[in-house]
Amino acid sequence: MAGSGGEQTVAGYIKHHLTNLTFGKLPEGYERHTEHGTEIVGPGGQWTVAHGGDEATAMGFNAIHLDSMFWSLSLGIIFCWLFAKVARKASADTPSGLVNFIEMVVEFVDGTVRDTFHGRNPLVAPLALTIFVWVFLMNFMDLIPVDLIPEVLLVALGIPYQKVVPSTDPNITMGMALGVFFLMIYYSIKVKGFGFVRELTLVPFNHPAFIPLNFTIEFVGFLAKPFSLGLRLFGNMYAGEMVFILIAVIFSAGIVWMVPAGLLQIGWAIFHILVITLQAFIFMVLTIVYLSMAHEDH
Amino acid sequence: MELVYIAAAIMTGLGGLGAAIGVGMLGGKLLESSARQPELGPKLQVSFFLAAGLVDAIPIIGVGISMYLIFVVAG
Repeated sequence: MAGSGGEQTVAGYIKHHLTNLTFGKLPEGYERHTEHGTEIVGPGGQWTVAHGGDEATAMGFNAIHLDSMFWSLSLGIIFCWLFAKVARKASADTPSGLVNFIEMVVEFVDGTVRDTFHGRNPLVAPLALTIFVWVFLMNFMDLIPVDLIPEVLLVALGIPYQKVVPSTDPNITMGMALGVFFLMIYYSIKVKGFGFVRELTLVPFNHPAFIPLNFTIEFVGFLAKPFSLGLRLFGNMYAGEMVFILIAVIFSAGIVWMVPAGLLQIGWAIFHILVITLQAFIFMVLTIVYLSMAHEDH
Repeated sequence: MELVYIAAAIMTGLGGLGAAIGVGMLGGKLLESSARQPELGPKLQVSFFLAAGLVDAIPIIGVGISMYLIFVVAG
């Protein structure tokens, strides 16, 4: 267990692991409870790193999750760097293991796009590859032991909170889903023009009197797509992380429990390899399907 | 506070029940159709995993939320 601050309860440990490192603006007059006593935030508010969930809640909208941003951006940079390096090195000679592996991933995504996307758009295949690899890498952070990175950062740099799996943060997954949603709207209007409005208002009942009913049905369905897309990834990763944390709690029960808890941890991790790959794949396929629907003119 | 446990139990139980029926039907149909047309096997398997992942999501999310309820909200 994380050895921060003496006595710890199970609920406290879990909550600590589910709290993001938040940087934001505390509102005016908020009472901060620090080790130096109570401080009251002066006029105009104060930009600072939150200590605990209560302060993060008080920040409200004016906050950013530093850890999620850091890990997701670093993983994105790792992805770009790795694939660009391999792409430059690729040749017709006997390829090495890494080149082979990257080629396999690219071909797999390319094949999936070819099978499911029926429009004409050079953007979709690179987008699908980016989503697949990026989401996979973000999910992969789940397989790193839950206490390793937070504990190292706490001891080395004194960072109080750290949530290393970006896809357990709804802000990240919903942000990606929103990106897909905007692309859907953009291509719907670009490809179909006025047909997009017709699709929202005159389907399934093709009569002017049914426009309000049609619009309600279609609009809810339209909004549900990005919502379920983001929430599915978030829910799966959150639940997986939760189980990892709960198994980590077993370690505190005593030295006898270390072996079974370790076995459980390994078992869940092996099962989770399937889940993280599957969720990355599902996010990618659904993105392709939604964009394909945006390109279909009736 | 005891109701939280009941809520968590219903969430896990009913979510698991639904998904079990779903995955069971899915696997059965996969076997049936790949027995009928073995050459379509690999293609069907990909769609099977996709659908299984979609079905799988709800109970796993339910388990995660119920764990949160049991250990953080009630604990």
